[in-house]
Amino acid sequence: MRRLLPHPWMAALLLVVWLLLRHSLAPGTWVAGGLLAWILAWTYGRLAPPPARVRHLPTLLRLFARVAADIVRSNFAVARLVLGRRRRVHAGFVAIPLALTDPHGLALLACIITSTPGTIWVEHDPQRSVLLIHVLDLVDETVWVEAIKRRYEQPLLRVFQS
Amino acid sequence: MSALPPWLAVLVGVLVLAGAGFACVGSFGLLRLRNFYQRVHAPTLGSTLGTFCVVLACALGFSALQGEALPTVLLISALLVLTAPVTLMMLVRAALYRNRLEDGQALPSARGDDQKPMP
Repeated sequence: MRRLLPHPWMAALLLVVWLLLRHSLAPGTWVAGGLLAWILAWTYGRLAPPPARVRHLPTLLRLFARVAADIVRSNFAVARLVLGRRRRVHAGFVAIPLALTDPHGLALLACIITSTPGTIWVEHDPQRSVLLIHVLDLVDETVWVEAIKRRYEQPLLRVFQS
Repeated sequence: MSALPPWLAVLVGVLVLAGAGFACVGSFGLLRLRNFYQRVHAPTLGSTLGTFCVVLACALGFSALQGEALPTVLLISALLVLTAPVTLMMLVRAALYRNRLEDGQALPSARGDDQKPMP
């Protein structure tokens, strides 16, 4: 099974995306989508990706809900900052020591941090495991370090690295 | 094809306007904020809530008009969230590199002590 279809979840995801994009459930769409999904999943395997294990799905889903709420909240925060009367914005860099080393967890953390307006991922040093982010409304560095670690890193550790 | 019920038309209208509003504020932020690192935050308004609202309005409106669920447009949001870090990171790191190398600014680094620019 594994030899015939090396990355079943990846293939399933690609098939679903194909069916959604084609917006049809006709037999031809299934055949074309299945073939495409199989070839692409095989190609993905050839890239030798590091193995991904989602150990705790409920935590991951709860994290997605939290991120969605945070995106809405920080959209309003940044909008207020842009439209506000304050002339000067206290922006700055924050270095965060990370315990997270799993590449998939880090990729997800990058999506979370850049998708939340007001914070961007700048660079990450895998040797020292330090992440540098830029924050638009920087009042207190320690608050940001604590918030990122507690709100996002803890759940990601539980999902990918427990 | 049938006309939209009034309550749905209002909802779709509000969502489209809200999405456009967020994108507009984001673009205004480009003008208003001071330097590159601040400005790069502004367009994320358009790529997150701005797009979410328009995409949601699109899905609701066209699903009602055609009498079947059309979840396809929701993919746009998911793909945007997944791919936005790639371009943003590239822009920010390019700016960081230039500032360190050409302007000789002492900017913080993930590698610890602020790197001194090469002479």
